[in-house]
Amino acid sequence: MDDRRRDPDALLLRVQAEEAKKSRGKLKIFFGAAPGVGKTYTMLEAGREQAREGIDVLVGYIEPHVRPETQALVLGLDVLARKEVPYRGTKLVEFDLEAALAKRPQLILVDELAHTNAPGMTHAKRWQDVIQLLEAGISVYTTLNVQHLESLRDVIAQITGISVAETVPDSVFEEADELELVDLPADGLLERMREGKVYVPHQAERAIQNFFSKGNLIALRELALRKAAERVGAEMEDYREEHGAAGVWPVNERLLVCVGPSPFSAKLVRATRRIAGSLKAPWIAVHVETPADSRLSEKDRAQLSQTLNLVEQLGGETATLSGHSLADELIHYARSRNVTKIIVGKPSRPRWKEWLQGSLVYELTRKCGDIDIYVITGDSEKRSATTAVEPIRSSSTTNAYLLSLLTVLACTLVSWPLSYFLAATNLIMVYLLGVVAIATRFGRGPSILASVLSVAAFDFFFIPPFLTFAVHDTQYVFTFAVMLATALTISTLTTRVTFQAESARARERRTASLYAISHQLAAARTPEQIAQAAVRHVAEAVDAKVAILLASDDEGRLAVIGAEAEGFDPGPHDEAVARWVFDHGEIAGHGTTTLPGSAGLYLPLSASHGTVGVLGVLPNRAWRPIEPERLHLLETLSGLIALAVERVQLAAEAARIRVQMETEKLRSSLLSAVSHDLRTPLSVIMGATSTLLDSVDRIEPQLRRELLGSILEEAGHLNRLVANLLDMTRLEAGALEVHKEWQSLEEIVGAALGRTSQQLKDHPVVTHLQPELPFVPMDDLLIEQVLANLVENAAKYSPPGTPIELTAFANDTILTVEVADRGPGVPHTDLERVFEKFYRAANSRGRPGAGLGLAICRGIIELHGGQIEAENRPGGGTVFRFTLPLATTQPEVPPAETSTET
Amino acid sequence: MVQDPKILLIEDELEIRRFLRASLANHGYRLLESETGQGGLNLVADEHPDLVLLDLGLPDTDGLTVIRKLRGWSQVPIIILSARGQEADKVKALDAGADDYLTKPFSVVELQARMRVALRHATQDQNEAGEPIFTLGRLRVDLERRQVFVGEKGVHLTPIEYRILTTLIKHAGKVVTHRQLLKEVWGPDSVFERHYLRVYMTHLRRKIELDPAQPEFVLTDPGIGYRLASS
Repeated sequence: MDDRRRDPDALLLRVQAEEAKKSRGKLKIFFGAAPGVGKTYTMLEAGREQAREGIDVLVGYIEPHVRPETQALVLGLDVLARKEVPYRGTKLVEFDLEAALAKRPQLILVDELAHTNAPGMTHAKRWQDVIQLLEAGISVYTTLNVQHLESLRDVIAQITGISVAETVPDSVFEEADELELVDLPADGLLERMREGKVYVPHQAERAIQNFFSKGNLIALRELALRKAAERVGAEMEDYREEHGAAGVWPVNERLLVCVGPSPFSAKLVRATRRIAGSLKAPWIAVHVETPADSRLSEKDRAQLSQTLNLVEQLGGETATLSGHSLADELIHYARSRNVTKIIVGKPSRPRWKEWLQGSLVYELTRKCGDIDIYVITGDSEKRSATTAVEPIRSSSTTNAYLLSLLTVLACTLVSWPLSYFLAATNLIMVYLLGVVAIATRFGRGPSILASVLSVAAFDFFFIPPFLTFAVHDTQYVFTFAVMLATALTISTLTTRVTFQAESARARERRTASLYAISHQLAAARTPEQIAQAAVRHVAEAVDAKVAILLASDDEGRLAVIGAEAEGFDPGPHDEAVARWVFDHGEIAGHGTTTLPGSAGLYLPLSASHGTVGVLGVLPNRAWRPIEPERLHLLETLSGLIALAVERVQLAAEAARIRVQMETEKLRSSLLSAVSHDLRTPLSVIMGATSTLLDSVDRIEPQLRRELLGSILEEAGHLNRLVANLLDMTRLEAGALEVHKEWQSLEEIVGAALGRTSQQLKDHPVVTHLQPELPFVPMDDLLIEQVLANLVENAAKYSPPGTPIELTAFANDTILTVEVADRGPGVPHTDLERVFEKFYRAANSRGRPGAGLGLAICRGIIELHGGQIEAENRPGGGTVFRFTLPLATTQPEVPPAETSTET
Repeated sequence: MVQDPKILLIEDELEIRRFLRASLANHGYRLLESETGQGGLNLVADEHPDLVLLDLGLPDTDGLTVIRKLRGWSQVPIIILSARGQEADKVKALDAGADDYLTKPFSVVELQARMRVALRHATQDQNEAGEPIFTLGRLRVDLERRQVFVGEKGVHLTPIEYRILTTLIKHAGKVVTHRQLLKEVWGPDSVFERHYLRVYMTHLRRKIELDPAQPEFVLTDPGIGYRLASS
C-alpha cells in the first residue's frame, strides 16, 4: 500500500492551491487557432446560458466591430460602458476595470485576452486586468488565439513570418480553470472570410491577407489543437495525482538556460519554457557576467535586462553569476542547484574566433558529467555588433583618451634622457608602465590607444632613423609587433582584473548591506526605527531615494513612516500605485508592467500574515531600466523589512492583548466586588423592610427600632459606595476638574472630620497640625474627600477605642499630611497595592466597601501633583501619608485693620 | 414660630414626596406639593406657604430660575435639595436667595433641623430686634457691648473678626456663602477674594475654638461657605 500512498507535500500543495482557488473567480478561455473561428460568438452564447441559469453576467468588453449575429447576442445582457482614453489626439476605447470591480458581477465577459491597454490604464496588458478580476472573486470568460501565447512566439513567427507583439504568459493560459477550443477547419474559415464574416481592420488588410493563407491556417490549427491536447493531458495527470492513481512519476527535472545580451536569447528562453512546460520542470535562466560585459553597449544591457524580464514573466527564475570562465561558472551553478539539463544557443561566431577563444558548447560537453546539454539553433538575427566600446568610467571618455595621449608623451619625455644610457629596447618598459597605468584607470579603449601610440612614439623617437616612422633595421618590426602584443595583453588583463575587483567589491557591498540591515532590523523596536534603518540601507544598496509606507490607521490608509524618507518626492499618481501594491501584494510601478507610468517602483512588504506595507523606490536616472539583479536585491530587502515590521506589529499586538486581558480581569473583579457590595446592603434593606411590612403590628417596638436602624445604616453604606463609584468613574473619565484656590488645611480637616463624625464615633481623633501652616493651592472639596476617605478607612480597619491621629507639617516646598491608625497593618507586599482599584485587604471580609476609597485618594492627590503612600507604624497600625506641593509664594495678606480691639 | 407651618414641596420624584408627606405631617406641618417649578410658583402666590423645599433638578424649569422669580416678590424661606458634587449650583442658588441647602440623600431629622432654623429666622426678621446676648454652648456674645466670651474668659477680636462672627450669628444655623460673608463684612463693593476670608477665619477660630481642626462653633461647608453650629 505504501508505495501507492500520495506524497504528503504534493497533497498539501494541492489543498493550498484549492483553498486559494475557492475565493478566486474561475477563468474560462475560449481558445482558437485564428481570428474569425467564432470565439466571441461562442463566449457570448455561453454567457447567455449562464445568465439564463440566474448567474449575474456582465459583458465587460466586446470588440466594437463584431458582426451583427454576434452583436445580437449581447442584447439582454448587462453591458459595461467602455472607457474612452484620449491618446495622441484620437480616442481609444478600453475595458473599464475599475467600473467592473465596482459592479462586482458573478461572471464577466472580456474579449481578447492578449490585448495591450492604452498608456495610462492601470495595467499594461488586459490579461493583468483579468487576473485582478479573478482575485476579486469575479469569474471571467475570455477569448484567446493560439498565436498570442508567449512560448509559441518564435514558432508563430516561423510559420507566418509575423512577429506577434501582443502575447499572454503561458502561466495564465495554464492556470485557466476551463479551456474551450473553438475549432473551424481552414477551408471553413476561408469561406467565412470570403463572405465577409471576419472583421479585418482596414489598415492591416495586407498583413492579414498574408496571415490568412491556407498553409498558415492549417499550421495554426494544428498548434491550437496540440495546445488543447497538452492541456487535456495535464488535466489527466492532475486527476491521477488527485486520486492517488499509481503511475509513472516524472523525475525531478530542473532546466538551466544560459542567456546573454543577444536578442537570440529571448528565443532560447521561450524554447526553454516550452521544454520545461512539457517536462513540468522548474527552470532557471542564468547570465554570467564576464569581464567582456564591462564593454557592453547601453543597448546590449537593455536587451539583456529585457530578456531576464521575459524569463520572470514566463515563470522562470533568474540568476546572475560573475566569473572568468563561462562554462565553469555554469557547471558549478548547475550542480549546486541540481540542474539536469542545460540549454545553450548554437554558436553563431566565426570559426576562427571559436578556435581562438574556445567554444562554450565544447567546454560544457566536456565538463558537464551527467548533466544533459541541449543546443538550440539560432536564426538569421545577428547579435547586434558591440557598437560602442565603453570604458569602465564612461563619463570621462574624451578626457581618458586625451590622458592616454599625455601619458605616452610623458613616457617619451622620461625615455629621452634615458636613451643616452640605455639600449633602445629597454625603453619599451617605460611605455609598458604607462599602458598599465592607463588600463588600470580608464579601461580597455584608452589603453589600446596608449599601446598603439607607444609603439608609434617608440619608433619615431628612439629607432634610427630618428624623427621618422621609417625603420632601417627590419628586426625592429618584430620588436614593434611583440611590443604591441604585450601592451594589448597587459591592457586586457589589467582591465579584467579591475573589473573583477570592482564586481567583487559590489558583491561585498551588497552582502555587507544585507548583513547590516538585518542586524539593525533585528534591533529595531518600533516601525519608525525600522523605517529609519531600512530607508538608509536600501538607499545605499540600490542607489535610490527610498520610503517605507505602512498602514497608519484602522482604515489601512498608507503613510510614509520615518523622517529619513527625505527627498522621496514621487509623482502625483504614485500614492494610488502604492495603494494598489498594498492591496494586491504585487510589485508595480516604474520598470514593471503594472502602472509603469509612475515615477517610483513599489514593492509590497509581504510577511507571513499578508502585506504589511510598501517599499517605495525612486530610481536614479542612471539605473533605468531596472535590472533583475537590482530587483532581486530589492525583493530580498523588502522581505527582510516586512518580517521586521511584522515582528514589531505582532509584539505590539501581543502587548495590546495583554493590556486587554488585564482590563478584562479588572472589569470582572469590579463586577464581583460591586455586585457583592451592592447586594449586601440591599439584602439587609429588603429583608428588614419586608419583615416590617409583613408584620408591623406584631413586632416588638424594640426590634422594630433595631430593624429600622439597620436599614438606615445599610442605606448609608450604599450611599457611600455609590458616591465612590461615581467619583472613580469621574476620575477615570478625566471629568474631575480641580479648582485650586488658596486653602487652609485646618479648615478642610475640620470639615472632613465633621462629615465623618458618624463613622468616627468609636475612635478618639487626635490632630497635630503644625502651628501657622501655610496656605496651600488645592481644591477644598477634593482634599476634603481624601481626608474623609483616609479617616474612614482608618476607622473601618482599626479596633474600636483605638485612636486615629491626624498630623500635618510643611517645609518650604511640600505639605505632608498623615493619617495613622492602630489597626492590624498592611502586609508588607501590599503597601503599594492598597491604592489599586478594587484592592481589598485580606482581613476586610464582612466590611463594606469596594476597594475604591484609596484609589480615589491616589487619583485626587496625583491630580494635585502630590504623592500618596502607606507605611506600617512601629508599634502596630498603618500610616497613610500624602504630600501636596506648596506654591513659592503665599497669598497676599489683607490690609491691616485700623482699629485693633473691641 | 407660626403654628402648623405651611410647607410647599416642589419635587418631581413621587417617592421622595411620599416619605416627606408622611414624616412632615407627623411633626405638625401642613404640606403642599408641586411636581413642577411653574406649579410651585403659582402655589406660593395662591397659598403663601411659610417655607419652600425646592429640588434643584426639576423637569420643566431649573431650580435657579424658580428662586430668582420667587425672590422678585416673596421673602419666603427656601431650602434647596440637591445631590453631592453640584456645589457650584448650590452656591448659585444660595447667592440667588435660597436660605439653606440639604444634600441628597438626607435624613428627615436633619431636614427638620434646617427647617426649624429657617422658620425661626423668618419670624426673627419680622421682629428684627432679637436677643442682645447670643449663646452657643460655651460661646457667649454680648451684641450690645460687643464682647465675646468663651466659657468665662473674654476674647479680644479685631473689628473684622467680630463682624464675621456677628454675621454668622445673624444667620445662625444657616449656611452663609463666601460671597455673602464678604459682602456683609466688607460691604457690597468688596473686591476681596475668598482666601482673605480664610485668613480671618483661621484667626477667629484660633481665638474661639478649643481645637481649630475640630471646630465646635464655626463650621466649614467646603466649596460653599461657613455656618455657625446650631444650638
